[in-house]
Amino acid sequence: MIFVTTAQAGMTIIFMDKIFTRPESLRDVTTHYCPGCTHGIIHRMVAEVLDELSLREKTIGVAPVGCAVLAYNYFNCDCVEAAHGRAPAMATGIKRSNPGFIVFTYQGDGDLASIGTAEIIHAANRGEKITVVFVNNAIYGMTGGQMAPTTMPCQITTTTPKGRDVKQVGYPMRMSELLSTLETPSFIVRSAVHTTRNMIKTKEYLRKAFTYQKDNTCFSFVEILSVCPTNWGISPIKSAEWLEKTMVPYYPLKVFKTPEK
Amino acid sequence: MSNVNIGKDKCKGCELCKNICPQGIIAMSDKINTKGYYYAQVVEPTKCIVCRLCAITCPDVAIEVEAEGSLYRFFDY
Amino acid sequence: MVIMAKKLMKGNEAIAEAAIHAGALSYFCYPITPQTEIAEYLAKRMPEAGGVFLQAESELAAANMVYGAACTGKRVFTTSSSPGISLMMEAMSYIAGTEVPAVFVNIMRCGPGLGGILPAQADYFQATKGGGHGDYHALVLAPSTIQEAADLMMDAFDLADKYRSPVMLVGDGMIGQMMEPVEFKPVKPRVDSSSEWAVTGCKGREPRILTSLFLDPNTLEKVNERLTAKYERMKREETRFEANVPDGECELLLVAYGTMARICKSAMADIAKEGHKLGLFRPITLFPFPEGQLEQAARGAKKILVVEMSAGQMIEDVERIVGKGKDIHFYGRTGGNVPTPDEVMREMRKII
Repeated sequence: MIFVTTAQAGMTIIFMDKIFTRPESLRDVTTHYCPGCTHGIIHRMVAEVLDELSLREKTIGVAPVGCAVLAYNYFNCDCVEAAHGRAPAMATGIKRSNPGFIVFTYQGDGDLASIGTAEIIHAANRGEKITVVFVNNAIYGMTGGQMAPTTMPCQITTTTPKGRDVKQVGYPMRMSELLSTLETPSFIVRSAVHTTRNMIKTKEYLRKAFTYQKDNTCFSFVEILSVCPTNWGISPIKSAEWLEKTMVPYYPLKVFKTPEK
Repeated sequence: MSNVNIGKDKCKGCELCKNICPQGIIAMSDKINTKGYYYAQVVEPTKCIVCRLCAITCPDVAIEVEAEGSLYRFFDY
Repeated sequence: MVIMAKKLMKGNEAIAEAAIHAGALSYFCYPITPQTEIAEYLAKRMPEAGGVFLQAESELAAANMVYGAACTGKRVFTTSSSPGISLMMEAMSYIAGTEVPAVFVNIMRCGPGLGGILPAQADYFQATKGGGHGDYHALVLAPSTIQEAADLMMDAFDLADKYRSPVMLVGDGMIGQMMEPVEFKPVKPRVDSSSEWAVTGCKGREPRILTSLFLDPNTLEKVNERLTAKYERMKREETRFEANVPDGECELLLVAYGTMARICKSAMADIAKEGHKLGLFRPITLFPFPEGQLEQAARGAKKILVVEMSAGQMIEDVERIVGKGKDIHFYGRTGGNVPTPDEVMREMRKII
């Protein structure tokens, strides 16, 4: 197995074996995620980054309540299960008491943007040296497709059967923008995983985020626009198209904040 | 030459790999696997350019890629 | 290990210092009257002791921070008062279900709702009958003096470790605010099993998962059976009480805990001078409640008077234990009014 890094790229490589395989930080089990669910891609990329930065043996993952509630069965590192929305608080408790650990939370839009808004804002504001992976798919997946704070206007969900009416329940929340207004230095970025080009960028941001934590620099937050084919009611490929057409214009993909600025 | 291994029983039939392959050499089987999904398979392995996009896009890490020979400048991933 | 000589301390500060003595170096809190002095004291003292102090954005967050730190095997605690403890009930249930040790302190104030800032004992149900959801209990300790509060605070950490359980210390508001002389007892070396279960990074071993989620019913049933066995063991090994019952009979047995027991003692002293035979039963562990011992004390009593700073919570347990056939009376004040020895005496005279 060879990891090709920037240093090695450009060399002529002769006789290799596996050039793409399951990372060590991801257990070899079938996940319960739906076909085409981008959780699987994000899990794998987080695991690849943990491998590449050699963080697995000192990492504690904090699993949310949501489709990823069983994430601790997939990440091959020490994990804990948080109450709904409280993962940033739990991560704070873990990291402050053990500054040498690498601590990440993995949260969906209900966990982070609804019940957990206070916890994420304050963890970011205090500058907790944790990494937050925010999977934004504009819907509540695990409980069967209800409206999320990030649901798009006119999007049909089980609790907005006629489509999200912004006059009744307001507009979708842009968490990256919100957190980037805080004064405390942090790394805030929004990316996506609906095309391979975006997947590759997302992995680069995940690597940056965990590197900031490894260097003890700042709070890092990677929002990842994702699909939910089952609850959106369309195929995985069509879901990617809908994300590009509807979500990306509202949730711009960019780096909002770096600690250096 | 390359060897793209799509794990038949790991595949959930989401078709993302078929959609992304620039060579168009992945197709869905007309048989089902043990989970009941129509699984993906490489139909023309000799045309594979080892871009690894199928493996990168697979949400279930069902695809492994092996390669031999000489290759230049792997893109950073 | 420094043994301090007797020092005059505010209850809140004594509890805080006791935790530091016990080696609890992680503290997450939120200000709330009447226990804010604990947070303010520890804001200075924790860094001196090399520990972690963090004021969280809410009690909800503080309790979950405690949960996180507890999962890593560190001695951790939080303090709050009744409305804040309500917010912490979620985390307490999770801590019990995940089976990690943590200490909570409730300096009780009156309620319900926002209530008032004066003392009360109206959180008995919340503390002893669960409070959060699910089949669990926290071990509940109720001191009646500042010295006892400091001693029990140190014991709380040992008990939490022993049982891998949340332990709660309840002090009525006066315990937090009074000043009395305190001496901190020597610390026992920590005996805990965290090396077997704590999440500390999976170097050199298989990764561990700490969760309270068990979707398979048989697995979850086994967890609940283990918890039930734990509470049965607590009932056998950890009940604490103080009983002052004359052998044979007494005309009136008073049952009270916390500072109410002290008020009762003063009331009893005067009436006993008139030749009446009186007894006092003071539970120190509210869970596990010293049931057998109360039953025995009540056997020789003609009448029983339960005195609480509430509308009547512990009395339900007393009635259950002693039997409705007994002549049981209740005296309580709410709203933050503290019964005076005179009031208790008046009540006692009505009954005798």
